[in-house]
Amino acid sequence: MIFGTVHKYGDNVDTDVIIPARYLNTSDPEELKQHCMEDIDKEFVQKVTPGDVIVAEKNFGCGSSREHAPIAIKASGISLVVAKSFARIFYRNAINIGLPIVECSEAVDHIQSGDTVSCDLEKGVLTIENKGLTFSIPPFPKEIQAIIEKGGLLASIKGE
Amino acid sequence: MGMTMTQKILAHHAGLDSVVPGQLVMAKLDLVLANDITAPVAIKEFEKAGLTSVFHKDKIVLVMDHFCPNKDIKAAEQAMISRNFSKKHGITHFFDVGEMGIEHALLPEKGLVKPGDLVIGADSHTCTYGALNAFSTGVGSTDMAAGMATGEAWFKVPDAIKVELSGTLPPYVTGKDVILHLIGKIGVDGALYQSLEFMGEGVRSLSIDDRLTISNMAIEAGAKNGIFPFDEVTKEYLKDKVTSYTTYAPDEDATYSQCVSIHLSELKPTVSFPHLPENTKTPEEFGEIKIHQVVIGSCTNGRLSDLRQAYEILNGKKVHPDVRCIIIPATQKIYLEAMEQGYLKAFIEAGAVVSTPTCGPCLGGHMGILAAGERCVATTNRNFVGRMGHTDSEVYLASPYVAAQSAVDGILSCPLKFA
Repeated sequence: MIFGTVHKYGDNVDTDVIIPARYLNTSDPEELKQHCMEDIDKEFVQKVTPGDVIVAEKNFGCGSSREHAPIAIKASGISLVVAKSFARIFYRNAINIGLPIVECSEAVDHIQSGDTVSCDLEKGVLTIENKGLTFSIPPFPKEIQAIIEKGGLLASIKGE
Repeated sequence: MGMTMTQKILAHHAGLDSVVPGQLVMAKLDLVLANDITAPVAIKEFEKAGLTSVFHKDKIVLVMDHFCPNKDIKAAEQAMISRNFSKKHGITHFFDVGEMGIEHALLPEKGLVKPGDLVIGADSHTCTYGALNAFSTGVGSTDMAAGMATGEAWFKVPDAIKVELSGTLPPYVTGKDVILHLIGKIGVDGALYQSLEFMGEGVRSLSIDDRLTISNMAIEAGAKNGIFPFDEVTKEYLKDKVTSYTTYAPDEDATYSQCVSIHLSELKPTVSFPHLPENTKTPEEFGEIKIHQVVIGSCTNGRLSDLRQAYEILNGKKVHPDVRCIIIPATQKIYLEAMEQGYLKAFIEAGAVVSTPTCGPCLGGHMGILAAGERCVATTNRNFVGRMGHTDSEVYLASPYVAAQSAVDGILSCPLKFA
């Protein structure tokens, strides 16, 4: 069960602001997380606590294919990203590394920074706890669900 | 139901007679690509998962282009991971300093991509090879690692947007202006989860370099790929590079989610203003924007024809004293040809600097980082906040003609006075 405080952003949050290229000379999650969201929200690193949730409008994660972006987000303790839509490479990368992501336009319209949300991915339910609002989230296709259940893409191919 | 070019290539590689949009397929890969930034993440995952062998040592390409020649100690250590992995697994197509070029200029030049291929690359601009009638798309490092091990990847068959091109481009208007115009029209997520299928009689007037530039920036509209049909121009380009291949044309009854028409003859030089590629303006809307740097290069516009365009403007002129003009031939071969043609001499005499091939400044890596308040006109592909340096700097995306003229004038400018 996912439970955390929301950090909300707008449209087209690109991978350059999630993890600027000047930090791509490393692939160590512990180093990357120190610069997560640095070019869009300088205070993010100080205020994020384990379990927190990122919520954004449309086209989250657009731009570069750098997997360092979902790696930095996951390493900083974020338990879920909710957006109206995701850029497709970011979407694949998040699933492949086991960072939960959810597309839910209606929920995004009702969520503000500082809200508390919970999410049960198995039941497909997202709740804004402090507002008492509940939304249903569509399930992943079964092939994608299988990757998630096996703990990421490489674990899933190794199991074959 | 009829299929698009993209759908046909995916069906063929999945061993299916037909596919429909939304279907998930497991497809065989012809080529798997990564660079010095994305390969180390893939290699670590590959080794962490206990994988010991690659599916085919001739079908993996590793190019040390982003932070190479090594920009600092950490970058040097990252590149070393790729070097060691390539030696260990006998990777045929490992391109290091001296041989390397910017990956998406290098692979077509070397004949490593052919029509009908299915290519994934851990670099978002892998979509470039659609120009050659291939399906190619960017993925992350984990997908790349799995592809290196198995030679397969899963794909969701995309819906398609038909881009119908007609007419021919006016003087000083290029493939870059076509793709910036399209992104301005449909937005940075206008083709999200979809393929862009370029068609129409206007295609045949576009050179392969123009097509490579157009396909290269398909990702900037959110597209999975951007693909061109095969024609005489493609055939001529490939004749000394590859021998046998299969080409794919769309079915007459293929379906498209929408059709966008572009009359090439009506296009003007087009520039994307900060901080999104969709913020496009034409010369009458430029205003007077003082600039500090110009970058001509990248996987989008670092080919010989791009340097020729810059030469047409810069030859016999001087770069404005307040502007640093950085020119980066995309590959060693282009570098050499530009030297033989006299372009490099003209650039240096104009007061520009010419660099060894690297992605360098495009992503704010090295070789031309911007300070707060500085503005750059660049032939690159992204102008997000902080893309080329400080978060308070600005990048204006343009063609080599516009970038070179701006370097001379010291303001955002264009060769023909459209304004």
